[in-house]
Amino acid sequence: MSKYTEDDLKKELETKEYEYGFYTDIESDTFPVGLNEDIVRAISLKKEEPQWMTDWRIEAFRAWQQMEEPEWANVTYDKPDFQNISYYSAPNNKAKYDSIDDVDPELLETFNKLGISLDEQKKLAGVAVDIVMDSVSVATTFKDTLAKKGIIFCSISEAIREHSDLVKKYLGSVVPQKDNFYAALNSAVFSDGSFCYIPKGVRCPMELSTYFRINQAGTGQFERTLVIADEGSYVSYLEGCTAPSRDENQLHAAVVELIALDDSEIKYSTVQNWFPGNKEGKGGVFNFVTKRGICEKNAKISWTQVETGSAVTWKYPSCVLKGDNSIGEFYSIAVTNNFQQADTGTKMIHLGKNTRSTIISKGISAGKSQNSYRGLVKINSRADNARNFSQCDSLLMGNSCGAHTFPYIEAHNKTAQVEHEATTSKIGEDQIFYCNQRGIDTEKAIALIVNGFSKEVLNKLPMEFAVEAQKLLEISLEGSVG
Amino acid sequence: MSLKDKLLSSYIAFEDYLEDDSPIHDLRSDAIKTFENQGFPTKKEEAWKYTSLNSILKEDYSLFPKKDNDIQLKDVKRYFLHEIDTYKIVFVDGIYNSFLSETTHDKADVCLLSSALSKDKYKPIVETYFNKVAKNNSLTSLNTAFAKEGAYISIPKHVELDKPIEIINFATGNETAILLQPRNLVVVGENAQVQIIERHQSLSDNAVLTNSVTEIFAEKRAHVDFYKIQNDRSSASLIDHTYANQERDSIVKVHTFSFGGKLTRNNLNFYQNGEHCDSVLNGITILEKKQHVDHNTLVHHISPNCESHQDYKGIFDDSSTGVFNGKVYVEKEAQKIDAFQKNNNILISDKATINAKPQLEIFADDVKCSHGCTIGQLDEDAMFYMRSRGIGQKEARALLMYAFANNVLEGVKIPELKRRVNKLIAQKIGVNLGFDL
Repeated sequence: MSKYTEDDLKKELETKEYEYGFYTDIESDTFPVGLNEDIVRAISLKKEEPQWMTDWRIEAFRAWQQMEEPEWANVTYDKPDFQNISYYSAPNNKAKYDSIDDVDPELLETFNKLGISLDEQKKLAGVAVDIVMDSVSVATTFKDTLAKKGIIFCSISEAIREHSDLVKKYLGSVVPQKDNFYAALNSAVFSDGSFCYIPKGVRCPMELSTYFRINQAGTGQFERTLVIADEGSYVSYLEGCTAPSRDENQLHAAVVELIALDDSEIKYSTVQNWFPGNKEGKGGVFNFVTKRGICEKNAKISWTQVETGSAVTWKYPSCVLKGDNSIGEFYSIAVTNNFQQADTGTKMIHLGKNTRSTIISKGISAGKSQNSYRGLVKINSRADNARNFSQCDSLLMGNSCGAHTFPYIEAHNKTAQVEHEATTSKIGEDQIFYCNQRGIDTEKAIALIVNGFSKEVLNKLPMEFAVEAQKLLEISLEGSVG
Repeated sequence: MSLKDKLLSSYIAFEDYLEDDSPIHDLRSDAIKTFENQGFPTKKEEAWKYTSLNSILKEDYSLFPKKDNDIQLKDVKRYFLHEIDTYKIVFVDGIYNSFLSETTHDKADVCLLSSALSKDKYKPIVETYFNKVAKNNSLTSLNTAFAKEGAYISIPKHVELDKPIEIINFATGNETAILLQPRNLVVVGENAQVQIIERHQSLSDNAVLTNSVTEIFAEKRAHVDFYKIQNDRSSASLIDHTYANQERDSIVKVHTFSFGGKLTRNNLNFYQNGEHCDSVLNGITILEKKQHVDHNTLVHHISPNCESHQDYKGIFDDSSTGVFNGKVYVEKEAQKIDAFQKNNNILISDKATINAKPQLEIFADDVKCSHGCTIGQLDEDAMFYMRSRGIGQKEARALLMYAFANNVLEGVKIPELKRRVNKLIAQKIGVNLGFDL
C-alpha cells in the first residue's frame, strides 16, 4: 500500500476544517431525560435503523427491565437514576474551532503533561482516528486507505445501515442482549460506536484507533464496538478515553465484542482516563463495561488495558477460547487514587483443546482508593492440555487505600495446568532513598518505581500508547505521596 | 416438613426441656432467630458458591437420639490413637460416653461443655468466652441454639498438658438419619500448651450430618495444635466451624486431613488480636468417588507484626470435587504482616473438579502478602525416572503423592499421629509402602 505520509496529513489538515473541538459550543440535539420503549424506538428511528435492529433493541430493553443492578462487585456508589439520563445527544452543528484556546485549559494542561496534543495525536502516522463525540461519530480518517484493503472501519450506525448482514450475524453473538444489566441497557440504547471488519488473510496496516469522549453534561455514553477479524487476519485496535471535568456522575456503559475467526489475531488496547472525580471524591465517571471476545481455531485475542480514570470502574475484558489451540491474553494496569474504586480483571473460559491463556494484572492503589482484581479461569472438561498462568501484583501507597484479589479458578480437566500467583507490596523507603540520593525527587522516584512495576504490561502497548500511558501513570499518582 | 421447619419446631421443645436459668439462654434464643431469618445457606451466597447442601438436607434427620447407644471398646479401638496415652472425650450419638472417655480436672480441665454450662464454678469462664468469637452466620447460630454438649477444655496459665486430647464423636447409626451438633470450647491460658485431635466417625451406613462448632481462645504466648481427622464413611457429612481468637505471641495451628465423608465443609476463622501472633492452617485432601470437600478459610489480621501461613494440598480422583476458598484480610492498622497462602492441586480423573478462590483483601501498605495456587498433574518425567528404576506405576505414583503432601505432614508434631495419617494416605491411594515418611 502507499504509506500515508506526513505531507498527506498536512494537506488533509489544510483542506479540512478542524472538526472535533472539545465542548460547549456545539448545540446538541438532546433527547428528553428518561427511558422507556418510545425512547428506544426514537433512538432507532433517529439512526435510520432497519426494523430488525429496532426489534433487537426492544427485546434488550424488555430484558433489562426485568433485571436488577448487580451488587456483587467490591465497589460502593450512589446508583445512577436511569430515568434521569438523556439517552441520546448528537451535535447538529459542526464545531468550528480556529484555535486551541477554546479548549478547557485544565484539559490542555493534562494533554501537555502527557506531552501530547490532539493535533500531535493525529500526526502520529499510522493512527487512524475515529472520534466519537457525544455518541455520534463525527469524523473518520484514513478510511480510503483501509477501504483499499477491504477493511471496513466505520461507526456502528453506518455499519448497521451498510453492512447489515455482518452486523446482524455477529452483534450480540459474544455478549448477548441479556448478558448482564449494563450490557442489556447498552443493547437497548446504544447510540454509536465503532465497527471494524478485517477480511480474510488481511493484515491491517495501521493501528486502528478510536477516541471516546464524554462531552455533554447529563448524557450517558453507551458505545457499542464490534470487531470482526476474518480467517487469518490481524488487527490492532486502540481505544482511548479522556473526559473533561464534570461535577455530577456520568454513566458510561459500553459493550465491546471481538470475534476472532480461525487463525486470526486481535490486539485490543485501551487507555482509560475518564474523569476520576476530584480530590474529595466528588463527581467522576461510572465506567461499567462489558468486553468479551471469542477465539475460534488457532485464533488469538490480546487485551491490554491501562485504567487510570473513572470514579467507579467495573470491567472484565474476557476471552472465550472456543477453538482448539486458541490463545487469550490479558495485560492490565489499574491505578486508583483519591476516592477511586476499581473492580477489574478478566475471565478466561477454556473450551477448546490446547488453549492457552496468560493474565498479568498490576494494581496500584493510593489515596483512599480501593482496587480489586477479580478474575475467573475456567477449564472445561473437554479442554485437554489447557494452560493458564496468572499473576496479579498489587502496590499499595499509604494505609488508607485497599487492594483486593478475588481470583476464581475452576478446573474440570485433569490435563489442565493452572498457576496463579499474587503478591502485595509497597514502595520501599530504601528505594526512594536511593533515588533521592541521586537527585531524583520523591515524586519522580515514585513514577520511576511504578513504571518499573508496570513494565510487563506497558511493554504490551503499541508504541504510541506506551509513551502516553507512562506519563498518565505519573499524573494519576501526583500528590499521592505526602 | 423441611429440615428448617423441623429444627424450628423442635427448638421450642428443646427449650422447655432445658432448665430456664441456663447462662446462655439469651444467646440461644437470639441464635435461633438468626437461623430462622437466614435459613440454610444456598449456592447464591458467595461463600457457598461451590457447595450445595441440597442433597444432604433432604434426609429426615432425627435430632434427639435415644439414650441407650452403647458401643464396645473393641469395636472402636482402632479409631483411637491407641499407641499412646491420651485424654479422651468421647460422644456417642452426641451423648457423652464415660466408659470410653478419660477426662481430668487435675492440672487442667478436660471435661464436658454440659457440666461447664451447669456448674457455678465455670460460670465466669462461660460468660467470658462462650460464643464470643463465633460469628452469627446461619449454621453457627443453629449450633449455638442447640448447644448443650461437647468438649470443654481449659488449660490454666503456664501449664503444658502432658498428653494430647482426643475428641471423638461416634454415630452408631441406630437412627436412620441423625443430626449431631457438638459444641467445643477450648480456652488456653497464658503460656500454656495443648495438642488436640478431633475426629468424627460414623459406625454404619446410615446418614449422619454433623454441624460442629469449635471455639479456641489462645491467650498470650499460648500454643495450640489442633488436628482434624476426617476419614468418615460416604454416608456421613460434616460441616465444621472453627473459630480461633489469638492474643499476642500466641501460635494456633490447625491441620485438616480430609480423606473421607460425603460432603465436608471446613470453615476456619482466625482472628489475631495481638502482635506477633502466628496462625498456621494446613490441609491435605485426598478424595475419590463423589466426595466433596470445601475448605473455607479466613485469617483476619487485626494487629501488626503477625504472621499467617496457609498450605493446602489436594489430590482428586473419580468425580470428586475440591473447593478452596482462602481469604486473608489485613486491617489498615495491621502493618508488617507476613501472610502466605498456598493451594496446590492434582487432578487424577477427567471428572474431578477443583474450584479455587484464594482471596486477599489488604488495607495496610507495609505488608508482605502473597498467594499461589496451582492445578496440575504428576510429573511425567519423575514417573519415568522411577519406572525405569523398577518402581511399579502404582508405587511411583504414591511416592510422588507423598512427596507432594509431605510439607504439610511435616507439620504434625505427634509421631504416632503422623504414622497414622501416613497409613491413611497409603490406604487411600491403595499402596503399601514399607517405610515412614
